[in-house]
Amino acid sequence: MNDLTPLKADDFATDQEVRWCPGCGDYAILKCMQRTLPTLGVRPENTVFISGIGCSSRFPYYMATYGFHTIHGRAPAVATGVKLANPELDVWLITGDGDALSIGGNHTMHLLRRNLNIQILLFNNEIYGLTKGQYSPTSRVGTKSPSTPFGSVDRAASPVLFALGSGARFVARTVDTAQKHMPEMFTRAYQHQGASFVEIFQNCVVYNDDVFADFTAKPVAADSQVLLEHGKPMIYGKDKTKGLRLNRDHLHLEVVTLGENGITEADILVHDETNKSVAHMLGEMQFADGYPVAMGVLYCNPAPTFDSAVIAQNADIAAKKGKPDLNKLLRHGQTWTVK
Amino acid sequence: MATALKASHNTQAAKRSSESVVMRFAGDSGDGMQLTGGQFTLSTALTGNDLATFPDFPAEIRAPTGTLFGVSSFQINFGATDIETAGDDIDVLVAMNPAGLKTNVGAVKRGGTLIIDTGEFNARNLQKANYVQSPIDDGSLGDYQVLAFNISQMTVDAVKQFGLGNKDALRCKNMWTLGLALWMFDRDRAPLVDWLNTKFAKNQVLADANIAALNAGHAFGETAEIGGLAQTTVDAVASAPGLYRTVTGAEALSLGLVAGAELSGLKMFFGGYPITPASAILHQLSRYKEFGVTTFQAEDEIAAICSAIGASYAGQLGVTSSSGPGIALKGEAMGLAIMTELPLVIINSQRGGPSTGLPTKTEQSDLYQAVYGRNGDAPLCVISARSSADCFDVAIEACRIATQFMTPVMLLTDGYIANAAEPWRVPSMENYKSFPVVFHDKALAEGEKLNPYARDPETLKRIWIKPGTEGLMHRIGGIEKDFNSGNINYEAANHQKMTDTRANKILGIADHIPLQTVDQGDDTGELVIVGWGSTYGPIRQAVRRARAVGKSVSHIHVRHIWPLPKNLGDLLNGFKHILVPEMNTGQFKTLLRDQYLVDAKPLNKVTGQPFKIAEIEAAIEKLLI
Repeated sequence: MNDLTPLKADDFATDQEVRWCPGCGDYAILKCMQRTLPTLGVRPENTVFISGIGCSSRFPYYMATYGFHTIHGRAPAVATGVKLANPELDVWLITGDGDALSIGGNHTMHLLRRNLNIQILLFNNEIYGLTKGQYSPTSRVGTKSPSTPFGSVDRAASPVLFALGSGARFVARTVDTAQKHMPEMFTRAYQHQGASFVEIFQNCVVYNDDVFADFTAKPVAADSQVLLEHGKPMIYGKDKTKGLRLNRDHLHLEVVTLGENGITEADILVHDETNKSVAHMLGEMQFADGYPVAMGVLYCNPAPTFDSAVIAQNADIAAKKGKPDLNKLLRHGQTWTVK
Repeated sequence: MATALKASHNTQAAKRSSESVVMRFAGDSGDGMQLTGGQFTLSTALTGNDLATFPDFPAEIRAPTGTLFGVSSFQINFGATDIETAGDDIDVLVAMNPAGLKTNVGAVKRGGTLIIDTGEFNARNLQKANYVQSPIDDGSLGDYQVLAFNISQMTVDAVKQFGLGNKDALRCKNMWTLGLALWMFDRDRAPLVDWLNTKFAKNQVLADANIAALNAGHAFGETAEIGGLAQTTVDAVASAPGLYRTVTGAEALSLGLVAGAELSGLKMFFGGYPITPASAILHQLSRYKEFGVTTFQAEDEIAAICSAIGASYAGQLGVTSSSGPGIALKGEAMGLAIMTELPLVIINSQRGGPSTGLPTKTEQSDLYQAVYGRNGDAPLCVISARSSADCFDVAIEACRIATQFMTPVMLLTDGYIANAAEPWRVPSMENYKSFPVVFHDKALAEGEKLNPYARDPETLKRIWIKPGTEGLMHRIGGIEKDFNSGNINYEAANHQKMTDTRANKILGIADHIPLQTVDQGDDTGELVIVGWGSTYGPIRQAVRRARAVGKSVSHIHVRHIWPLPKNLGDLLNGFKHILVPEMNTGQFKTLLRDQYLVDAKPLNKVTGQPFKIAEIEAAIEKLLI
């Protein structure tokens, strides 16, 4: 790997035995990452995977790049230090629903607010897997788990709405089984300058099997998801007959059927991924309320990054102050001499 | 030692002279006492006296006016001899209001001087200070020389010409007081005038008004013929030749970190979160960007240390700083730094605890937390600073150990040292030995597998590979690692071996630190006083006094708390009695007993105030009857 010959997926795989449960959605995400990185032209030595704690956080051990498996919830803070110390590194943050939104919610919020130039992949399986199946902050009301034997009563957090609310400038969503769509999202996230937040619906076969099947299973997927494309009308369905229209009286999205009640393609809202209000509405759409689940880039609107601002200010002040002289600094201010 | 002022009554012009003086300015937290004290300190330093200060202020930013809990004070001990503490008893107390008098008069020695602003001794303020009647009139201050005059009114008169409102005019009274203090000790006003002109550069009226108040206070001393108000001279101390400045612990520590990073050849990353009394370090370092320092005010204490760990992983020198409560939050991340064997400097500016405790008061009660306070067998190196100026060298030492042994180092300082100022003979960086870090970048041989935990056989430190280095990609983390490969390993024998290795690496640092010396006295004898941290000053003076009257007392001051110097046990065994004064309930005493099975006895104080010399003298007295 000492020359710049194109790399293959295998070049990004370590010799470590992967220890996820058979059938876990994490395998598909790992394979997808190993396949995508060579297409981005990145070098393994310039790539760092940083994770917290949880099933997904074992991810770095299986990537033949630099990697840091940190502590529960704190990966965003470690990643901030890495990126500020060496902005040249490509940093990927691997986290889960508990890691990013429960114990590490504070750090996730501030990383997004600051717009650190890294990619955040949140593996959302709506459950605590590694601790053996307790409900998580994204579990739906009524989730039965070892800690909620009679069903959970608190409402679920939405990762994409959390990200938008925190000021994220890139928010996307995909599914672990979408082996064509997921690489596109990884690529878009990589290309975006700033904090790129990607929620991946990831199936936990042991503790929460098929929790997303209502809208991800092959027979229903097309009718249950709207695949967002910038500049294109938000039309979906097996026969491409359903669409999203903006109800201008009540400022919300509504599902309409093309050809019914005089609805034509002209009535369908065109996706503008720079529009934060629409991104928010797309994130709010609940499958249980008859909406399709929005997949793809909900929001992309680049802004200056935190790391570039820090580096620029450091350089600017350093240039203004001139060559540093520690002896001079020690003698700064009022001094006196004893002879 | 602070001696009483000796007046010479021969002529009006005659000046008293004194070897040392303890002065305290006390007033409302809005009265500018810290500023007054700071400027008086600078003036004292420029005169060539040795000095030590003790700023003491409430946790509230603007406590209700006139209340007892809103009193802010600044004590300075200055003299013609070596000064090691801010002084035991006060020679001169300046009380700007009844509350300032009430809370501080008990610390004034009999026959000491009270300077009182009668302008603030109205019924309302007296009531707030729980005085039934004015202490100026009721004879209760009979033990002191009372100089009471209406400073408030004289200040208002002095600045009348500038057309300030009454409130703004009264704000100049700290400068009036400072002017009087400068006269009392025969000081030059010029540096203060320069300082005021700079401070109020954007508002010449305020500059002029403050200068007028300063001059009026000075002129009052010069002209008012009030019995007891006389000038005192304190000669310059015989100091080692060199260039001096005053420095607080927070300043010296920040400069030491910059120096340590430079000596290691690394850029510094500082992750911090505001907390009293540690914030000053974050403020200070954020101004040193040209020295390759990146400061990051994180969202919380945990993020602060984690970002520093991330920076160390990426090849910089990670530093974080806090006080006890914040250090507690950082505990889990310290374990990560220990497990991943990354360099990290953790500064703890200790304050009174537990919990929020006494945020602005000093204590040494985080020693257990530093040495023992983490989950798992999690050893790290602990060192401590003994004074404000000492913080510079200790910070460099922390950087050296962290980078040379790939370990977190905890540096213990405290609220007293952080805020207190003392003269500092400014060192030259040429006199410090550098310790350049060498990153591992050796390409692997054909078929060779990388072990990121490969160790130096002598120090046991692991190799440090910067991400970005070609061909040496590897993964680290908090899970136990295989001794031979660095991969995850949960096996029993491996965990035993790695636990032993981590412990032995830290214990081995003892081979690379100076042997323990005896600060004063013989290597064996009746009694040794063992101290660490900011108790150095009072212990040193107390031992000096005891030895001057022929007592067999020695003083050992320990800088390296963990690991301890190799010869410390042998030294302790040479004494019949061991006394350990600490501003806690006996933590270092316990450590010494545990390590050496010696009968170390505690002398404890947790009042939020530093030890007085007399308190330690009394303890010596008691043990050596």
